[in-house]
Amino acid sequence: MPPIIPIIEVKNLTKIFGNGCPHCRNSTGPEHETNMCSNCGSVVACSDVFFELYPGEILGIVGESGSGKSTVVKLLHFDWEATSGEMYIQKPEVRIQNSDLDGKNLFLLSPYQKRQIINSFMGIVYQNPHLGLRMDVSSGGNIAERLIMANWKNIAMMRGRASELLEKTEIPVERMDEPPRNFSGGMQQRVQIAKALSNNPLILFLDEVTTGLDVSVQARVLDLIRNLQRELNLSIILVSHDLGVIRLLTKRTVVMKYGRIVETGLTDQILEDPQHPYTQILVSSQL
Amino acid sequence: MKQHYNFAFIDEGAKREIRRKILKAVAIPGYQVPFGSRELPIARGWGTGGIQITLSVIGPDDVLKVIDQGCDGSVNAVNIKKFVSAVTGVKTTTDTVEATVIQTRHRIPEEKMTEEQILVLQVPYPEALRTVEPSEMETRRMHGEADYSRMWLYLYEDVVKYREISIGARYPVMVNGRYIMDPSPIPRWDIPKLHMADTLYLFGAGREKRIYAIPPYTEVKPLEFEDFKFRVEDFKGASCMRCGSTDTFLDEIIDDATGKRIYLCSDTGYCDKVIESRGGQQCRQ
Repeated sequence: MPPIIPIIEVKNLTKIFGNGCPHCRNSTGPEHETNMCSNCGSVVACSDVFFELYPGEILGIVGESGSGKSTVVKLLHFDWEATSGEMYIQKPEVRIQNSDLDGKNLFLLSPYQKRQIINSFMGIVYQNPHLGLRMDVSSGGNIAERLIMANWKNIAMMRGRASELLEKTEIPVERMDEPPRNFSGGMQQRVQIAKALSNNPLILFLDEVTTGLDVSVQARVLDLIRNLQRELNLSIILVSHDLGVIRLLTKRTVVMKYGRIVETGLTDQILEDPQHPYTQILVSSQL
Repeated sequence: MKQHYNFAFIDEGAKREIRRKILKAVAIPGYQVPFGSRELPIARGWGTGGIQITLSVIGPDDVLKVIDQGCDGSVNAVNIKKFVSAVTGVKTTTDTVEATVIQTRHRIPEEKMTEEQILVLQVPYPEALRTVEPSEMETRRMHGEADYSRMWLYLYEDVVKYREISIGARYPVMVNGRYIMDPSPIPRWDIPKLHMADTLYLFGAGREKRIYAIPPYTEVKPLEFEDFKFRVEDFKGASCMRCGSTDTFLDEIIDDATGKRIYLCSDTGYCDKVIESRGGQQCRQ
């Protein structure tokens, strides 16, 4: 059997807020219990992060607030510019014709090429629906926006696709022309998921999607994600501080603290037999 | 009388700069080129962008026509024409065919223009994306990356809400398959005239300090959906009360005395010409 090739591969991903200095990396991290450089005061949001994401896999990133887990997702989705690091995507030519992206470090691409990568491969769902949705534009329009990015120019077809997705995410299709502003938090989150799925992404980033939702709504959103993942064979990076969510959805997990990966492994293993002292505290402090 | 200013009022250095910017604009159709907008004896926002382009390209042998909303006789048009004529000594006209340089606000003349002519358009808001994005930094990024989804989304929302695109004048166009451009507040009626035209179109925004251009024979397409096409104004068979034309852009006027709705050609030069060709006979309705 041929080895499974990762869909994305991330190496040495680093983001430093501030001027940075040669001491930044050596003076921060879990062993120093800070992510602020003692020499120049820059904040090392994440450093030397590396992992692979395999096709059809849900990879969890867990850590306390400020550990750099959301930073990682924002860098991978090109929302923020990485200070340094490499990311490679498997077979970009499958989705982007006549481009010369094969084997290229995605962080070094032009903004236009990055946009192409986002539009053809990626979807993202933020914790706060305000970041992912235009609250004054109809829900159908929100979904259409991503389709327009992928060069759709037919309104009837866009509306067809939007209603299909809204149905899938259990939003009543009659409310398609209402702005998400009118919806409850859980519904907004589901519209955001529909929007993220509109361009048939191969990679989905979920950044604390269920945080702030009440438990029953949380359960429905998680169910939805699990079903969609199976149905569409998505590769997902799921960021959460909630070990329950991680346990429910992911097979493999990365644990972060002070911008560094402290432990990587199978989710079951990490939760049953944590190796790093921080992971041990994290697991034992679960309610 | 001794002339105390340079030919065409602005100094040669300034003219050269503006011509350079025009060349750049012609080289990148639809791209807004920043330029050093000069002080003029009229306030910015009153056609100073157009005037600076006109003054920079005009020569002593040119024939000038100036129109405002299609009209040769409106105050703004007359004053600009008098000013340019006073500082250059060029001949002026109201005949589209006779003119070599035409400066205009909000209209393109009805008569087809040729390769020998230049149309200079006054532009109040050069940024077509301003409707959807207030930040200049962001709109420049959007142009740079051809990230136009928000403009399209705006049109989509219009169609969904009103079954119609609510933009009348300033209908956004895609130039040469690359840049979305504001065609200045010309009616939709004039948009098709931009496509594969024989004439050079120069756009000047004096207050906003931008010059852009559509060179002759450039593809200019209004933004439209496959199942919702761009269309021009429909006058539902109305005709001009003076000349009787039914194939021109008409102004709707309410007669103060009778309260009746009447229509007149917006292009007065063309209207006069039609009447003249009939021996000066006006229509009666």
